[in-house]
Amino acid sequence: MRTTVRGRLLRSRTLHGFLFTAPLLFLFAAFVIYPMTMGVWFALDADAYRALFSDPIFRQTAINTLWYVGVAVNVKLVLALLLSGILDYPFRWIRLLAALFLIPWAIPALPGILSFRWMLNSQWGIFNYLLGVFGLPSVPWLAQYWTALGAVMVFHIWKYLPFWTIIFLAGRRAIPNELYEAAAIDGASSVQNFWHVTFPLLRNLYLICTLLSMVFTLGDFTVPWLMTGGAPGDSTHVLATLAYRYTFTMGRLEWGMATFAVAMPATLVFIGMLLRWVKI
Amino acid sequence: MNRARHSRALHVWLSVVAVVMLAWTLFPVYYMLLLSFTPTNDLFKPGLYVEHPTIRNYVYTMGQDNPFVRYFWQQIGNSLVIAVWAMVVVAAIAALGSFAMARINFRFRRWVSGLTLFTYVIPSSFLSIPFFRMMADYDLIDSKLAVVLAMVTFASPYALWVLSDYARSLPPEIEEAGAIDGAGILATFFHLYLPLIRPPLIAIGTYAFLYAWNEYLYALLLLTGEPRITLPVAMGNFLTTDNAPWNLLMAVSAVYSIPPVVLYYVFKRYLVSGLVSGAVSGS
Repeated sequence: MRTTVRGRLLRSRTLHGFLFTAPLLFLFAAFVIYPMTMGVWFALDADAYRALFSDPIFRQTAINTLWYVGVAVNVKLVLALLLSGILDYPFRWIRLLAALFLIPWAIPALPGILSFRWMLNSQWGIFNYLLGVFGLPSVPWLAQYWTALGAVMVFHIWKYLPFWTIIFLAGRRAIPNELYEAAAIDGASSVQNFWHVTFPLLRNLYLICTLLSMVFTLGDFTVPWLMTGGAPGDSTHVLATLAYRYTFTMGRLEWGMATFAVAMPATLVFIGMLLRWVKI
Repeated sequence: MNRARHSRALHVWLSVVAVVMLAWTLFPVYYMLLLSFTPTNDLFKPGLYVEHPTIRNYVYTMGQDNPFVRYFWQQIGNSLVIAVWAMVVVAAIAALGSFAMARINFRFRRWVSGLTLFTYVIPSSFLSIPFFRMMADYDLIDSKLAVVLAMVTFASPYALWVLSDYARSLPPEIEEAGAIDGAGILATFFHLYLPLIRPPLIAIGTYAFLYAWNEYLYALLLLTGEPRITLPVAMGNFLTTDNAPWNLLMAVSAVYSIPPVVLYYVFKRYLVSGLVSGAVSGS
Protein backbone atom coordinates (compact mmCIF):
# COMPACT_ATOMS: atom_id res chain seq x y z
CA MET A 1 0.00 0.00 0.00
CA ARG A 2 2.63 2.43 1.15
CA THR A 3 4.94 1.61 -1.75
CA THR A 4 2.23 2.31 -4.30
CA VAL A 5 1.57 5.74 -2.76
CA ARG A 6 5.27 6.48 -2.82
CA GLY A 7 5.49 5.12 -6.32
CA ARG A 8 2.63 7.33 -7.47
CA LEU A 9 4.15 10.39 -5.80
CA LEU A 10 7.49 9.71 -7.47
CA ARG A 11 5.81 9.24 -10.81
CA SER A 12 3.86 12.48 -10.49
CA ARG A 13 7.06 14.29 -9.47
CA THR A 14 8.83 12.93 -12.52
CA LEU A 15 5.90 13.98 -14.66
CA HIS A 16 5.82 17.49 -13.16
CA GLY A 17 9.57 17.87 -13.48
CA PHE A 18 9.37 16.77 -17.06
CA LEU A 19 6.47 19.10 -17.89
CA PHE A 20 8.11 22.16 -16.38
CA THR A 21 11.38 21.53 -18.18
CA ALA A 22 9.68 20.47 -21.44
CA PRO A 23 10.13 23.81 -23.26
CA LEU A 24 13.79 23.80 -22.31
CA LEU A 25 14.29 20.21 -23.40
CA PHE A 26 12.55 20.92 -26.68
CA LEU A 27 14.89 23.88 -27.34
CA PHE A 28 17.99 21.86 -26.59
CA ALA A 29 16.86 18.89 -28.64
CA ALA A 30 15.78 20.93 -31.64
CA PHE A 31 18.45 23.63 -31.71
CA VAL A 32 21.50 22.09 -30.06
CA ILE A 33 21.43 18.29 -30.37
CA TYR A 34 19.88 18.20 -33.83
CA PRO A 35 22.19 20.80 -35.47
CA MET A 36 25.15 19.19 -33.79
CA THR A 37 24.26 15.77 -35.16
CA MET A 38 23.76 17.36 -38.54
CA GLY A 39 27.14 19.07 -38.26
CA VAL A 40 28.86 15.78 -37.39
CA TRP A 41 27.05 14.12 -40.28
CA PHE A 42 28.29 16.70 -42.76
CA ALA A 43 31.75 16.60 -41.25
CA LEU A 44 32.06 12.83 -41.80
CA ASP A 45 33.80 13.56 -45.05
CA ALA A 46 37.40 12.42 -45.24
CA ASP A 47 37.98 14.55 -48.35
CA ALA A 48 37.06 17.68 -46.39
CA TYR A 49 39.77 16.98 -43.80
CA ARG A 50 42.31 16.19 -46.51
CA ALA A 51 41.45 19.52 -48.12
CA LEU A 52 41.66 21.37 -44.80
CA PHE A 53 45.00 19.99 -43.72
CA SER A 54 46.56 20.68 -47.07
CA ASP A 55 45.27 24.26 -46.98
CA PRO A 56 48.02 26.55 -45.62
CA ILE A 57 45.36 29.06 -44.55
CA PHE A 58 43.78 26.42 -42.34
CA ARG A 59 47.11 25.65 -40.66
CA GLN A 60 47.73 29.35 -40.11
CA THR A 61 44.22 29.66 -38.69
CA ALA A 62 44.79 26.85 -36.20
CA ILE A 63 47.94 28.63 -34.98
CA ASN A 64 46.13 31.98 -34.75
CA THR A 65 43.33 30.42 -32.75
CA LEU A 66 45.83 28.94 -30.30
CA TRP A 67 47.48 32.36 -29.91
CA TYR A 68 44.16 34.06 -29.42
CA VAL A 69 42.84 31.57 -26.88
CA GLY A 70 46.14 31.02 -25.13
CA VAL A 71 47.46 34.57 -24.85
CA ALA A 72 44.42 36.87 -24.85
CA VAL A 73 42.45 34.83 -22.32
CA ASN A 74 45.30 34.34 -19.90
CA VAL A 75 46.56 37.92 -19.99
CA LYS A 76 42.99 39.09 -19.47
CA LEU A 77 42.37 36.81 -16.50
CA VAL A 78 45.66 37.62 -14.74
CA LEU A 79 44.86 41.33 -15.14
CA ALA A 80 41.32 40.73 -13.92
CA LEU A 81 42.59 38.94 -10.83
CA LEU A 82 45.00 41.77 -10.01
CA LEU A 83 42.55 44.59 -10.75
CA SER A 84 39.85 42.96 -8.65
CA GLY A 85 42.21 43.61 -5.74
CA ILE A 86 42.27 47.32 -6.61
CA LEU A 87 38.48 47.48 -6.80
CA ASP A 88 38.24 45.71 -3.43
CA TYR A 89 39.62 48.72 -1.49
CA PRO A 90 36.81 50.19 0.63
CA PHE A 91 37.17 53.84 -0.49
CA ARG A 92 34.23 55.70 -1.91
CA TRP A 93 36.02 56.88 -5.06
CA ILE A 94 36.90 53.27 -5.87
CA ARG A 95 33.19 52.63 -6.37
CA LEU A 96 33.05 55.38 -8.97
CA LEU A 97 36.14 53.89 -10.61
CA ALA A 98 34.46 50.47 -10.68
CA ALA A 99 31.33 51.93 -12.27
CA LEU A 100 33.32 53.63 -15.04
CA PHE A 101 35.51 50.58 -15.49
CA LEU A 102 32.41 48.56 -16.44
CA ILE A 103 31.66 50.64 -19.54
CA PRO A 104 33.33 48.31 -22.10
CA TRP A 105 31.24 45.48 -20.73
CA ALA A 106 28.03 47.51 -21.12
CA ILE A 107 28.76 48.71 -24.65
CA PRO A 108 28.09 46.11 -27.37
CA ALA A 109 31.18 44.69 -29.09
CA LEU A 110 30.46 46.31 -32.43
CA PRO A 111 30.80 50.02 -31.61
CA GLY A 112 33.97 49.26 -29.67
CA ILE A 113 35.50 47.36 -32.57
CA LEU A 114 34.62 50.15 -35.00
CA SER A 115 36.22 52.71 -32.72
CA PHE A 116 39.40 50.61 -32.47
CA ARG A 117 39.47 50.15 -36.22
CA TRP A 118 39.39 53.85 -36.91
CA MET A 119 41.98 54.53 -34.21
CA LEU A 120 44.23 51.98 -35.92
CA ASN A 121 43.64 53.33 -39.44
CA SER A 122 47.07 53.70 -40.98
CA GLN A 123 46.42 57.08 -42.62
CA TRP A 124 43.93 58.89 -40.40
CA GLY A 125 44.00 56.96 -37.14
CA ILE A 126 44.88 58.61 -33.87
CA PHE A 127 47.69 56.16 -33.06
CA ASN A 128 49.70 56.96 -36.13
CA TYR A 129 48.94 60.64 -35.62
CA LEU A 130 50.40 60.45 -32.11
CA LEU A 131 53.42 58.50 -33.38
CA GLY A 132 53.87 61.30 -35.92
CA VAL A 133 53.73 63.94 -33.19
CA PHE A 134 56.63 62.19 -31.47
CA GLY A 135 58.47 61.94 -34.78
CA LEU A 136 58.09 58.17 -35.09
CA PRO A 137 57.24 56.39 -38.36
CA SER A 138 53.63 55.28 -38.75
CA VAL A 139 52.67 51.63 -38.45
CA PRO A 140 50.21 49.85 -40.80
CA TRP A 141 48.44 48.33 -37.79
CA LEU A 142 45.79 46.23 -39.49
CA ALA A 143 47.79 45.57 -42.66
CA GLN A 144 50.55 43.41 -41.16
CA TYR A 145 50.21 40.08 -39.42
CA TRP A 146 51.42 40.60 -35.86
CA THR A 147 49.88 43.98 -35.20
CA ALA A 148 46.57 42.87 -36.75
CA LEU A 149 46.41 39.73 -34.59
CA GLY A 150 47.55 41.86 -31.65
CA ALA A 151 44.69 44.30 -32.26
CA VAL A 152 42.20 41.43 -32.06
CA MET A 153 43.72 40.30 -28.75
CA VAL A 154 43.90 43.81 -27.29
CA PHE A 155 40.28 44.45 -28.16
CA HIS A 156 39.26 41.15 -26.58
CA ILE A 157 41.02 42.19 -23.38
CA TRP A 158 39.49 45.69 -23.45
CA LYS A 159 35.97 44.36 -23.90
CA TYR A 160 35.93 41.38 -21.52
CA LEU A 161 38.34 42.42 -18.74
CA PRO A 162 35.64 44.25 -16.70
CA PHE A 163 33.32 41.25 -16.62
CA TRP A 164 35.92 38.85 -15.23
CA THR A 165 37.22 41.50 -12.83
CA ILE A 166 33.73 41.73 -11.31
CA ILE A 167 33.56 37.95 -11.03
CA PHE A 168 36.89 37.83 -9.18
CA LEU A 169 35.87 40.78 -7.04
CA ALA A 170 32.84 38.80 -5.89
CA GLY A 171 35.12 35.85 -5.24
CA ARG A 172 37.39 38.02 -3.08
CA ARG A 173 34.42 39.40 -1.15
CA ALA A 174 33.33 35.85 -0.34
CA ILE A 175 36.62 35.24 1.51
CA PRO A 176 36.03 35.59 5.27
CA ASN A 177 37.77 38.62 6.75
CA GLU A 178 39.07 36.64 9.74
CA LEU A 179 41.63 34.99 7.48
CA TYR A 180 43.18 38.36 6.67
CA GLU A 181 43.02 39.40 10.31
CA ALA A 182 44.85 36.22 11.29
CA ALA A 183 47.43 36.90 8.58
CA ALA A 184 47.83 40.47 9.85
CA ILE A 185 48.60 39.16 13.35
CA ASP A 186 51.33 37.05 11.79
CA GLY A 187 52.61 40.24 10.20
CA ALA A 188 51.93 39.20 6.60
CA SER A 189 52.62 41.72 3.84
CA SER A 190 50.07 42.32 1.12
CA VAL A 191 52.04 40.18 -1.32
CA GLN A 192 52.09 37.35 1.23
CA ASN A 193 48.37 37.88 1.79
CA PHE A 194 47.79 37.39 -1.90
CA TRP A 195 49.85 34.22 -2.22
CA HIS A 196 48.85 32.56 1.03
CA VAL A 197 45.23 33.63 1.53
CA THR A 198 43.61 35.12 -1.58
CA PHE A 199 45.03 32.97 -4.33
CA PRO A 200 44.57 29.54 -2.71
CA LEU A 201 40.93 30.39 -2.02
CA LEU A 202 40.29 31.78 -5.50
CA ARG A 203 42.17 29.04 -7.32
CA ASN A 204 39.09 26.97 -8.12
CA LEU A 205 37.14 29.96 -9.35
CA TYR A 206 40.15 31.05 -11.38
CA LEU A 207 40.46 27.66 -13.06
CA ILE A 208 36.76 27.51 -13.90
CA CYS A 209 36.86 31.03 -15.31
CA THR A 210 39.91 30.15 -17.40
CA LEU A 211 38.18 27.11 -18.87
CA LEU A 212 34.94 28.99 -19.53
CA SER A 213 36.65 31.95 -21.11
CA MET A 214 38.82 29.67 -23.27
CA VAL A 215 35.82 27.79 -24.64
CA PHE A 216 33.92 31.01 -25.32
CA THR A 217 36.93 32.58 -27.03
CA LEU A 218 37.60 29.45 -29.09
CA GLY A 219 34.34 30.10 -30.93
CA ASP A 220 34.61 33.88 -31.16
CA PHE A 221 33.53 35.26 -34.51
CA THR A 222 32.54 38.89 -34.04
CA VAL A 223 35.83 40.36 -32.83
CA PRO A 224 38.23 38.84 -35.42
CA TRP A 225 35.71 39.16 -38.24
CA LEU A 226 35.05 42.85 -37.74
CA MET A 227 38.55 43.84 -36.62
CA THR A 228 40.55 42.23 -39.45
CA GLY A 229 38.15 40.05 -41.46
CA GLY A 230 41.12 37.74 -41.91
CA ALA A 231 43.26 40.45 -43.49
CA PRO A 232 46.02 40.87 -44.47
CA GLY A 233 45.58 38.15 -47.08
CA ASP A 234 43.58 35.65 -44.98
CA SER A 235 46.46 35.41 -42.51
CA THR A 236 44.58 36.36 -39.32
CA HIS A 237 41.55 34.07 -39.49
CA VAL A 238 40.38 32.14 -36.46
CA LEU A 239 38.25 28.98 -36.65
CA ALA A 240 34.88 30.69 -36.76
CA THR A 241 35.81 33.27 -39.39
CA LEU A 242 37.51 30.66 -41.57
CA ALA A 243 34.45 28.41 -41.35
CA TYR A 244 32.34 31.39 -42.43
CA ARG A 245 34.67 32.02 -45.35
CA TYR A 246 34.64 28.36 -46.46
CA THR A 247 30.87 28.12 -46.18
CA PHE A 248 29.58 31.43 -47.45
CA THR A 249 32.38 32.86 -49.59
CA MET A 250 33.60 29.62 -51.16
CA GLY A 251 30.35 27.63 -50.90
CA ARG A 252 32.08 24.63 -49.27
CA LEU A 253 29.63 23.78 -46.50
CA GLU A 254 31.40 20.52 -45.59
CA TRP A 255 34.72 22.37 -45.15
CA GLY A 256 33.04 24.83 -42.82
CA MET A 257 31.57 22.02 -40.74
CA ALA A 258 34.90 20.17 -40.71
CA THR A 259 36.67 23.30 -39.42
CA PHE A 260 34.50 23.22 -36.31
CA ALA A 261 34.71 19.44 -36.06
CA VAL A 262 38.50 19.73 -35.75
CA ALA A 263 38.04 21.83 -32.61
CA MET A 264 35.35 19.59 -31.14
CA PRO A 265 37.57 17.09 -29.25
CA ALA A 266 39.35 19.88 -27.35
CA THR A 267 36.03 21.61 -26.70
CA LEU A 268 34.49 18.41 -25.36
CA VAL A 269 37.44 17.90 -22.99
CA PHE A 270 36.95 21.44 -21.65
CA ILE A 271 33.23 20.87 -21.30
CA GLY A 272 33.78 17.54 -19.56
CA MET A 273 36.07 19.21 -17.02
CA LEU A 274 33.53 21.96 -16.42
CA LEU A 275 30.66 19.50 -16.02
CA ARG A 276 32.63 17.75 -13.29
CA TRP A 277 33.39 20.95 -11.39
CA VAL A 278 30.33 23.08 -11.84
CA LYS A 279 26.98 22.26 -10.31
CA ILE A 280 23.66 23.70 -11.48
CA MET B 1 51.74 58.71 12.07
CA ASN B 2 53.37 55.80 10.33
CA ARG B 3 49.92 54.51 9.48
CA ALA B 4 48.88 57.82 7.95
CA ARG B 5 51.97 57.91 5.75
CA HIS B 6 51.34 54.32 4.73
CA SER B 7 47.81 55.13 3.68
CA ARG B 8 48.97 58.20 1.75
CA ALA B 9 51.43 56.04 -0.20
CA LEU B 10 48.61 53.61 -0.81
CA HIS B 11 46.38 56.38 -2.13
CA VAL B 12 49.08 57.63 -4.49
CA TRP B 13 49.66 54.13 -5.82
CA LEU B 14 45.93 53.52 -6.21
CA SER B 15 45.46 56.83 -8.00
CA VAL B 16 48.18 56.02 -10.50
CA VAL B 17 46.59 52.65 -11.26
CA ALA B 18 43.16 54.30 -11.46
CA VAL B 19 44.35 56.85 -14.01
CA VAL B 20 45.84 54.14 -16.20
CA MET B 21 42.67 52.04 -15.90
CA LEU B 22 40.42 54.94 -16.81
CA ALA B 23 42.52 56.05 -19.77
CA TRP B 24 42.54 52.49 -21.12
CA THR B 25 38.81 52.03 -20.51
CA LEU B 26 37.45 55.37 -21.61
CA PHE B 27 39.65 56.40 -24.52
CA PRO B 28 37.97 54.20 -27.18
CA VAL B 29 34.57 55.40 -25.96
CA TYR B 30 35.69 59.02 -25.98
CA TYR B 31 37.09 58.56 -29.47
CA MET B 32 33.82 57.09 -30.71
CA LEU B 33 31.85 60.06 -29.36
CA LEU B 34 34.47 62.47 -30.68
CA LEU B 35 34.15 61.08 -34.19
CA SER B 36 30.37 61.14 -34.02
CA PHE B 37 30.54 64.93 -33.51
CA THR B 38 33.16 65.46 -36.22
CA PRO B 39 32.11 67.16 -39.48
CA THR B 40 33.09 65.27 -42.62
CA ASN B 41 35.59 67.96 -43.61
CA ASP B 42 37.59 67.36 -40.41
CA LEU B 43 37.35 63.56 -40.52
CA PHE B 44 40.76 63.19 -42.11
CA LYS B 45 42.51 65.51 -39.66
CA PRO B 46 43.06 63.29 -36.62
CA GLY B 47 43.29 64.94 -33.22
CA LEU B 48 42.34 64.56 -29.59
CA TYR B 49 39.41 66.98 -29.73
CA VAL B 50 36.91 68.29 -32.31
CA GLU B 51 37.52 71.78 -33.59
CA HIS B 52 34.08 72.35 -35.08
CA PRO B 53 31.71 69.99 -33.28
CA THR B 54 28.46 69.27 -35.08
CA ILE B 55 25.37 67.21 -34.39
CA ARG B 56 24.82 66.78 -38.11
CA ASN B 57 25.72 63.08 -38.02
CA TYR B 58 22.97 62.46 -35.51
CA VAL B 59 20.52 64.54 -37.53
CA TYR B 60 21.35 62.52 -40.67
CA THR B 61 20.95 59.29 -38.74
CA MET B 62 17.63 60.22 -37.18
CA GLY B 63 16.31 61.59 -40.48
CA GLN B 64 17.68 58.60 -42.46
CA ASP B 65 19.25 61.25 -44.66
CA ASN B 66 22.17 59.27 -46.09
CA PRO B 67 22.28 56.06 -48.16
CA PHE B 68 24.10 54.31 -45.29
CA VAL B 69 21.32 54.98 -42.79
CA ARG B 70 18.36 54.79 -45.14
CA TYR B 71 16.70 52.04 -43.04
CA PHE B 72 17.96 53.15 -39.63
CA TRP B 73 14.61 53.12 -37.82
CA GLN B 74 13.52 49.90 -39.42
CA GLN B 75 16.80 48.23 -38.46
CA ILE B 76 16.72 49.46 -34.89
CA GLY B 77 13.10 48.27 -34.79
CA ASN B 78 14.19 44.82 -35.97
CA SER B 79 16.80 44.71 -33.20
CA LEU B 80 14.20 45.78 -30.67
CA VAL B 81 11.55 43.26 -31.74
CA ILE B 82 14.05 40.37 -31.63
CA ALA B 83 15.43 41.46 -28.25
CA VAL B 84 11.98 41.86 -26.66
CA TRP B 85 10.82 38.46 -27.90
CA ALA B 86 14.02 36.85 -26.65
CA MET B 87 13.51 38.53 -23.27
CA VAL B 88 9.90 37.36 -22.88
CA VAL B 89 10.46 33.80 -24.06
CA VAL B 90 13.66 33.30 -22.05
CA ALA B 91 11.97 34.62 -18.90
CA ALA B 92 9.01 32.27 -19.38
CA ILE B 93 11.08 29.19 -20.18
CA ALA B 94 13.60 29.78 -17.43
CA ALA B 95 10.92 30.50 -14.82
CA LEU B 96 9.19 27.21 -15.61
CA GLY B 97 12.44 25.30 -15.77
CA SER B 98 13.86 26.76 -12.57
CA PHE B 99 10.74 25.73 -10.65
CA ALA B 100 11.37 22.13 -11.66
CA MET B 101 15.14 22.31 -11.13
CA ALA B 102 15.01 23.95 -7.71
CA ARG B 103 11.73 22.83 -6.19
CA ILE B 104 10.90 19.39 -7.60
CA ASN B 105 13.18 16.49 -6.92
CA PHE B 106 12.51 14.58 -10.12
CA ARG B 107 14.34 11.71 -11.65
CA PHE B 108 16.00 13.18 -14.77
CA ARG B 109 17.10 16.41 -13.16
CA ARG B 110 20.79 15.66 -13.51
CA TRP B 111 20.32 15.05 -17.20
CA VAL B 112 18.56 18.34 -17.71
CA SER B 113 21.22 20.08 -15.70
CA GLY B 114 24.03 18.52 -17.74
CA LEU B 115 22.33 19.38 -21.02
CA THR B 116 21.84 22.96 -19.85
CA LEU B 117 25.46 23.40 -18.92
CA PHE B 118 26.51 21.83 -22.20
CA THR B 119 24.44 24.36 -24.15
CA TYR B 120 25.81 27.20 -22.05
CA VAL B 121 29.40 26.23 -22.66
CA ILE B 122 29.46 25.12 -26.29
CA PRO B 123 30.42 28.12 -28.45
CA SER B 124 27.30 29.18 -30.32
CA SER B 125 29.32 29.74 -33.50
CA PHE B 126 30.06 25.99 -33.64
CA LEU B 127 26.36 25.40 -34.23
CA SER B 128 25.83 28.35 -36.55
CA ILE B 129 26.31 26.64 -39.89
CA PRO B 130 24.05 23.63 -39.18
CA PHE B 131 21.56 26.04 -37.63
CA PHE B 132 21.64 28.10 -40.80
CA ARG B 133 21.07 24.95 -42.88
CA MET B 134 18.19 23.94 -40.65
CA MET B 135 16.49 27.32 -40.93
CA ALA B 136 17.00 27.23 -44.70
CA ASP B 137 15.28 23.81 -44.79
CA TYR B 138 12.32 25.23 -42.87
CA ASP B 139 12.26 28.31 -45.09
CA LEU B 140 12.86 30.56 -42.10
CA ILE B 141 15.77 32.54 -43.53
CA ASP B 142 14.97 36.27 -43.33
CA SER B 143 12.45 35.69 -40.59
CA LYS B 144 12.92 37.22 -37.15
CA LEU B 145 11.62 33.98 -35.68
CA ALA B 146 14.82 32.19 -36.69
CA VAL B 147 17.00 34.72 -34.85
CA VAL B 148 14.69 34.70 -31.81
CA LEU B 149 14.91 30.90 -31.63
CA ALA B 150 18.70 31.01 -31.72
CA MET B 151 18.85 33.75 -29.08
CA VAL B 152 16.41 31.93 -26.79
CA THR B 153 18.38 28.70 -27.11
CA PHE B 154 21.69 30.29 -26.19
CA ALA B 155 20.43 32.67 -23.50
CA SER B 156 18.25 30.13 -21.65
CA PRO B 157 20.93 28.04 -19.95
CA TYR B 158 22.45 30.94 -18.06
CA ALA B 159 19.00 32.28 -17.19
CA LEU B 160 17.99 28.88 -15.83
CA TRP B 161 21.22 28.68 -13.87
CA VAL B 162 20.76 32.03 -12.14
CA LEU B 163 17.06 31.50 -11.44
CA SER B 164 17.46 27.97 -10.05
CA ASP B 165 20.29 29.18 -7.87
CA TYR B 166 18.06 31.85 -6.40
CA ALA B 167 15.01 29.59 -6.13
CA ARG B 168 16.96 27.02 -4.14
CA SER B 169 17.54 29.63 -1.43
CA LEU B 170 13.78 30.17 -0.94
CA PRO B 171 12.24 28.53 2.16
CA PRO B 172 10.39 25.17 1.74
CA GLU B 173 7.21 26.77 3.08
CA ILE B 174 6.11 27.74 -0.45
CA GLU B 175 5.05 24.23 -1.39
CA GLU B 176 3.68 23.64 2.10
CA ALA B 177 1.53 26.77 1.93
CA GLY B 178 0.34 25.66 -1.48
CA ALA B 179 -0.48 22.20 -0.19
CA ILE B 180 -2.44 23.60 2.79
CA ASP B 181 -4.51 25.77 0.48
CA GLY B 182 -5.09 22.73 -1.64
CA ALA B 183 -3.53 24.52 -4.59
CA GLY B 184 -2.37 22.46 -7.51
CA ILE B 185 1.17 22.67 -8.77
CA LEU B 186 0.26 25.27 -11.40
CA ALA B 187 -1.42 27.52 -8.84
CA THR B 188 1.62 27.17 -6.58
CA PHE B 189 3.84 28.16 -9.47
CA PHE B 190 1.84 31.20 -10.54
CA HIS B 191 0.65 32.58 -7.21
CA LEU B 192 3.40 31.66 -4.81
CA TYR B 193 6.59 31.00 -6.79
CA LEU B 194 6.53 33.65 -9.53
CA PRO B 195 6.13 36.70 -7.22
CA LEU B 196 9.06 35.49 -5.13
CA ILE B 197 11.53 35.19 -8.01
CA ARG B 198 10.82 38.66 -9.42
CA PRO B 199 14.28 40.16 -8.74
CA PRO B 200 16.31 37.50 -10.57
CA LEU B 201 13.63 37.35 -13.25
CA ILE B 202 14.26 41.03 -13.98
CA ALA B 203 17.99 40.32 -14.11
CA ILE B 204 17.73 37.43 -16.55
CA GLY B 205 15.14 39.24 -18.67
CA THR B 206 17.60 42.10 -19.03
CA TYR B 207 20.37 39.61 -19.73
CA ALA B 208 18.35 37.96 -22.53
CA PHE B 209 17.39 41.34 -24.00
CA LEU B 210 21.03 42.44 -24.09
CA TYR B 211 22.22 39.10 -25.42
CA ALA B 212 19.89 39.44 -28.41
CA TRP B 213 20.49 43.17 -28.86
CA ASN B 214 24.26 42.58 -29.04
CA GLU B 215 24.18 39.47 -31.24
CA TYR B 216 26.01 39.74 -34.53
CA LEU B 217 26.79 36.30 -36.02
CA TYR B 218 23.33 34.74 -36.05
CA ALA B 219 21.70 37.94 -37.27
CA LEU B 220 24.31 38.15 -40.03
CA LEU B 221 23.65 34.57 -41.14
CA LEU B 222 19.89 34.47 -40.88
CA LEU B 223 18.81 37.90 -42.15
CA THR B 224 19.43 39.48 -45.53
CA GLY B 225 18.33 42.67 -47.23
CA GLU B 226 18.65 46.19 -45.86
CA PRO B 227 15.11 46.57 -44.45
CA ARG B 228 15.21 43.21 -42.66
CA ILE B 229 18.64 43.14 -40.99
CA THR B 230 19.35 44.30 -37.44
CA LEU B 231 21.35 47.39 -36.60
CA PRO B 232 24.69 45.65 -35.78
CA VAL B 233 24.59 43.79 -39.11
CA ALA B 234 23.92 47.06 -40.92
CA MET B 235 26.88 48.63 -39.10
CA GLY B 236 29.11 45.71 -40.07
CA ASN B 237 28.03 46.20 -43.69
CA PHE B 238 29.41 49.76 -43.63
CA LEU B 239 32.86 48.17 -43.55
CA THR B 240 32.47 46.46 -46.91
CA THR B 241 32.78 49.74 -48.76
CA ASP B 242 35.96 51.78 -49.01
CA ASN B 243 34.33 55.16 -48.54
CA ALA B 244 32.38 54.41 -45.38
CA PRO B 245 31.40 57.64 -43.58
CA TRP B 246 33.07 56.91 -40.25
CA ASN B 247 31.64 59.88 -38.42
CA LEU B 248 28.12 58.79 -39.34
CA LEU B 249 28.95 55.22 -38.40
CA MET B 250 30.06 56.42 -34.96
CA ALA B 251 26.83 58.35 -34.49
CA VAL B 252 24.92 55.13 -35.25
CA SER B 253 27.25 53.31 -32.84
CA ALA B 254 26.51 55.79 -30.09
CA VAL B 255 22.75 55.49 -30.56
CA TYR B 256 23.01 51.70 -30.69
CA SER B 257 24.99 51.69 -27.42
CA ILE B 258 22.50 53.79 -25.46
CA PRO B 259 19.94 51.05 -24.58
CA PRO B 260 22.53 48.56 -23.27
CA VAL B 261 24.43 51.18 -21.31
CA VAL B 262 21.23 52.49 -19.71
CA LEU B 263 20.03 48.96 -18.91
CA TYR B 264 23.38 47.95 -17.44
CA TYR B 265 23.49 50.91 -15.12
CA VAL B 266 19.80 50.81 -14.13
CA PHE B 267 19.82 47.06 -13.48
CA LYS B 268 23.47 46.82 -12.44
CA ARG B 269 22.53 45.74 -8.93
CA TYR B 270 20.43 42.88 -10.25
CA LEU B 271 22.75 41.99 -13.09
CA VAL B 272 25.95 41.88 -11.11
CA SER B 273 24.47 39.99 -8.16
CA GLY B 274 22.72 37.57 -10.48
CA LEU B 275 25.78 37.04 -12.61
CA VAL B 276 28.07 36.78 -9.67
CA SER B 277 26.02 34.34 -7.62
CA GLY B 278 25.85 32.20 -10.72
CA ALA B 279 29.56 32.29 -11.27
CA VAL B 280 30.75 32.12 -7.68
CA SER B 281 28.42 29.32 -6.63
CA GLY B 282 30.03 27.31 -9.37
CA SER B 283 33.30 27.13 -7.51
